[in-house]
Amino acid sequence: MKPASVFLASAILLVASAAVSAADLRPAVVFDMGGKFDKSFNQGVNDGVLKFNKETGVKHREFVITNPTQREQAIRKMAQRGSDIILGVGFAQSSAIEKVAKEFPNTKFAIIDGYVVAPNVQSLLFKEHEGSFLVGMLAAMASKSGKIGFIGGMDIPLIRRFACGYEKGAKYVSSKIDVIQNMTGTTPSAWSDPSRGAELTRGQFGQGVDVVFAAAGGTGVGVYQAAKDAGKLAIGTDSNQNYLQPGTMLTSMLKRVDVAAYTTFMEARSGTWKAGIKVFGLKEGGIDWALDENNKALISGDMKAQVDAAKADIIAGRIMVHDYMSDKSCK
Amino acid sequence: MEDAFVFTVLTANATVRVATPLILCAMAGLFSERAGIIDIGLEGKMLGAAFISASVAAVTGSVWLALGAGIALAICLALLHGFACITHNGNHVVSGVAINIMVSGLTVVLGIAWFQRGGQTPSVGPDARFMPITLPFADVLRDVPLLGTLYSGFLSGHNLLVYIAFSAVFATWWVVYRTRFGLRLRAVGENPQAVDTAGISVAWLRYRAVLIGGLLTGIAGTYLAIAQNAGFVQNMSAGQGYIALAAMIFGKWRPVPALGACLMFGLLDAVAIRLQGVVVPGIGEIPVQLIQALPYILTVVLLAGFIGKAVAPKAIGVPYVKEA
Repeated sequence: MKPASVFLASAILLVASAAVSAADLRPAVVFDMGGKFDKSFNQGVNDGVLKFNKETGVKHREFVITNPTQREQAIRKMAQRGSDIILGVGFAQSSAIEKVAKEFPNTKFAIIDGYVVAPNVQSLLFKEHEGSFLVGMLAAMASKSGKIGFIGGMDIPLIRRFACGYEKGAKYVSSKIDVIQNMTGTTPSAWSDPSRGAELTRGQFGQGVDVVFAAAGGTGVGVYQAAKDAGKLAIGTDSNQNYLQPGTMLTSMLKRVDVAAYTTFMEARSGTWKAGIKVFGLKEGGIDWALDENNKALISGDMKAQVDAAKADIIAGRIMVHDYMSDKSCK
Repeated sequence: MEDAFVFTVLTANATVRVATPLILCAMAGLFSERAGIIDIGLEGKMLGAAFISASVAAVTGSVWLALGAGIALAICLALLHGFACITHNGNHVVSGVAINIMVSGLTVVLGIAWFQRGGQTPSVGPDARFMPITLPFADVLRDVPLLGTLYSGFLSGHNLLVYIAFSAVFATWWVVYRTRFGLRLRAVGENPQAVDTAGISVAWLRYRAVLIGGLLTGIAGTYLAIAQNAGFVQNMSAGQGYIALAAMIFGKWRPVPALGACLMFGLLDAVAIRLQGVVVPGIGEIPVQLIQALPYILTVVLLAGFIGKAVAPKAIGVPYVKEA
């Protein structure tokens, strides 16, 4: 079943790519597992790429991998077909990009959320701690019990960075606030265990928590559901997840991967593209928090004003949000 | 005192929630293995049922259709297992593992094709889920100290499938030890020749056993998808089918001890979740890694020290071939 579908997908890709005009830039995207309609990470990239298509009229090639062994193959195939810039989506593609980038020194590569040092690779990283700081402030202001919770997915430094920013933000509002942190697990299955996410959430509610922030991939679905069932508040991550449980989603921390994808393609087209690290924070519009009709009623004017002020302070450099990754601690 | 009591009730509730799919799967495995069919495919049957019931619930909004679809799919998979192992004398472990692998891939592929959400199904609303049931008088008795809290806080307020799971244990006990069918079921797992000599069909008995297993795993999968959660996420069974199998072996292929083993696994998990980040006086904060390893460490200790020898049904995994 699986190999057959891969062949089919490759065949369709081949036919589709033949139709692309050779005059302009030839960008390519390799989406990761989850697919480009995952309502989260990959879909964000897809939105950015479609925006680029619409504005420039440049078509792109794309491939959605369905198992880990396809990452390297897909990226290499894109390079062999003469793509000018290849965008890899997600941390997991780092090693594949690193390998293929060496084989094709004249092709440009970009990786979202991964860090690869090579003369032809651009690493697109995000300042998750800045966004977590803002939602931490909102959580602290919305909490009545003075206790807020954090549910991480797999226990890795990136998730600790979310947790640390969140705690700093909450403490910025009130030094007395209690932040209870839980990690779902230490293996990749921690990204897709909603039952455990829900149990952890109920455990935190039992300890008096009334706002919980999930940075846990598919596990988050269970967290939001548990919050809904208990009538407490939850905060989403990566894309705007407010619509998942309208009324009990306080907000979502946005990681604008669409901005990153759009920017790297635009730069490649205009010739300003440079290899190296490119960081997206509040200042670059790569990180934000979500306010829409689903959570309008939960965010008071005062809360919005305070968060907007802090956002301006972070952008201006008046508030420095501690980055867990810089010293592997949250002091 | 009051705090400790509330903590105990909360932990007990979490234990029950976590243990329910284990109990259903352990009973399913018990029927199958008591009849001599190794059932390593519990995981796959549960996962398949979870996917189908979540899909049906999302599309139709009916819990009963969802439950029916979950059970139907699990029964189909059980029949497939039976067809391979009973009719064609295939290797039970190979067939079971094949079912697990097939389901874990197929659910994601179908999920992407049907809903385009990266293998997840849309989350379903309260109408399409099994919601907690409040037992009679629970609200009135809530303020009665201890017993009232116990009744309204612990016994009441679970969903229907939880009550079904606990009833299933006693139903299993009754069927296996108190009925003629149960006697024959046990006999066919120990000595199929004797059953055959008595003029009873070995194949038909074993088929009935795997069918009951399918029914129970179907309920377990439905519980995962639309009672405990509100939708399907890829590989959401997360190895619970294997843990149920282990619990059944812990319980030496007997219903009530198997229930005890399931509750123990549930309790360890619930405690592990609640101990995360809690500061223990005198020791400080316990490292998360230790907490997460606790269930496995205790399993080894209990298995090595307290459980004793578990003897499997004699004819388990052996295809029955009539002498020519």
